[in-house]
Amino acid sequence: MLLNNPDVWEITLLSIKVSGLATLISLLIGLPIGTLLALSKFPGRSVLLTLVNTGMALPPVVVGLAVAMTLWRSGPLGDLHLIYTPAGIIIAQVIIAAPVVTGLTTAALQSLDPRLRLQLLGLGASRLQMVLTIWREARLPLLAALMAGFGSVISEVGASMMVGGNIRHQTRVLTTAIVLETNKGEFASAIALGILLLLITFLINFALTWIQQRGAKR
Amino acid sequence: MTALVEIRDLLVHRAGRPVLEIERLNIERGRVLALVGPNGAGKSTLLLVLARLIKPERGAIILNGQSATELGDRVYRRRIGLVMQDPLLLNMSVYANIAIGLRYRCVSGSETARLVKAWSIRLGIEHLQTRNAATLSGGEAQRVALARVFVLRPELLLLDEPFSGLDKKARTELLLDLKALLPTTGVTTLFSTHDDREVRVLADTKIELVDGKIQPESSV
Repeated sequence: MLLNNPDVWEITLLSIKVSGLATLISLLIGLPIGTLLALSKFPGRSVLLTLVNTGMALPPVVVGLAVAMTLWRSGPLGDLHLIYTPAGIIIAQVIIAAPVVTGLTTAALQSLDPRLRLQLLGLGASRLQMVLTIWREARLPLLAALMAGFGSVISEVGASMMVGGNIRHQTRVLTTAIVLETNKGEFASAIALGILLLLITFLINFALTWIQQRGAKR
Repeated sequence: MTALVEIRDLLVHRAGRPVLEIERLNIERGRVLALVGPNGAGKSTLLLVLARLIKPERGAIILNGQSATELGDRVYRRRIGLVMQDPLLLNMSVYANIAIGLRYRCVSGSETARLVKAWSIRLGIEHLQTRNAATLSGGEAQRVALARVFVLRPELLLLDEPFSGLDKKARTELLLDLKALLPTTGVTTLFSTHDDREVRVLADTKIELVDGKIQPESSV
């Protein structure tokens, strides 16, 4: 019955699209910053690392509040008209996932033997070639960082609710739909959507884990 | 013989105190030099300085008449081969490990295959090509680390205690293989060691470092 409902498919696809894009953007932000934090020493590094580690535990509802206030029509970025849009939710989710990806990238690269970098440079690698090689070497924990980033946003509800507004056909995602159904007392629908969310999370993590373990065997 | 490497007025600091002070050192072309001295004498530091992986406070390194500073780090390093105490292999096949420096230099696939095969045969590891480097024994891994550098045909080979992590049998086999191999390549070699036997077997010159300073050179 659930699968015959076009609304469910719309909500599901929007959830995957929004959280997938937010994870991708977080990767584009987190991978270089995490690499910089792991490989370089510069003034303010400790402060930045502390901020990233703090950011890994940011409550989504607080992020939602801050982003909603920023994007609100009378807020500093109100002219962009991003409140109650999927783009607004993506911004909030990037703020949630980027510190997770950054922090876990830093930890993944710091777990490698620091002499490996010297050895690669000694073999004639440019800085870029050295970084690409150590990314490849740390591919398993880096994929774990990606999974953790995706997990942190696909399952959050606070930011999506506050920034997206849970508007039908526009910004309703699986988590906000579950809250709505629960509030209406429609527990059967809420449970079905919850199972769907778990299934999507399982399938995406299964695919990433398969890639990860395939890499481990090489 | 002419000097392949000249070191002039070198000073390296660590934690605010000098760990290496070399007024003048010439490494003659084709020589195999053993670098000996107690722990903390500055042997590894000298090798890393020669590989341009540690920047000295002052001093000049001249490679084949050209200043290392003027050459730039990457150009200079691509003329040097460095093998560390631990092989530090990547989690990939033996072939990919040996080929990595060639890939950095954008050498063609066919030339890479030719060089990897030739040096794998010379180092007795041709049967390991498809194995993951993580599954190798210590002796095999160090041979891969050596092949990874030999394929690059370096002008100067730097070996930082290359036998110290090996058991007695693997150490002896690799030592004898290197003794046979080095003269055929003609590569100028500087290796650090604590082992007198390695000095006797491999080196034609010994340099002793104590407290970061070179003691009078003595031929073996």
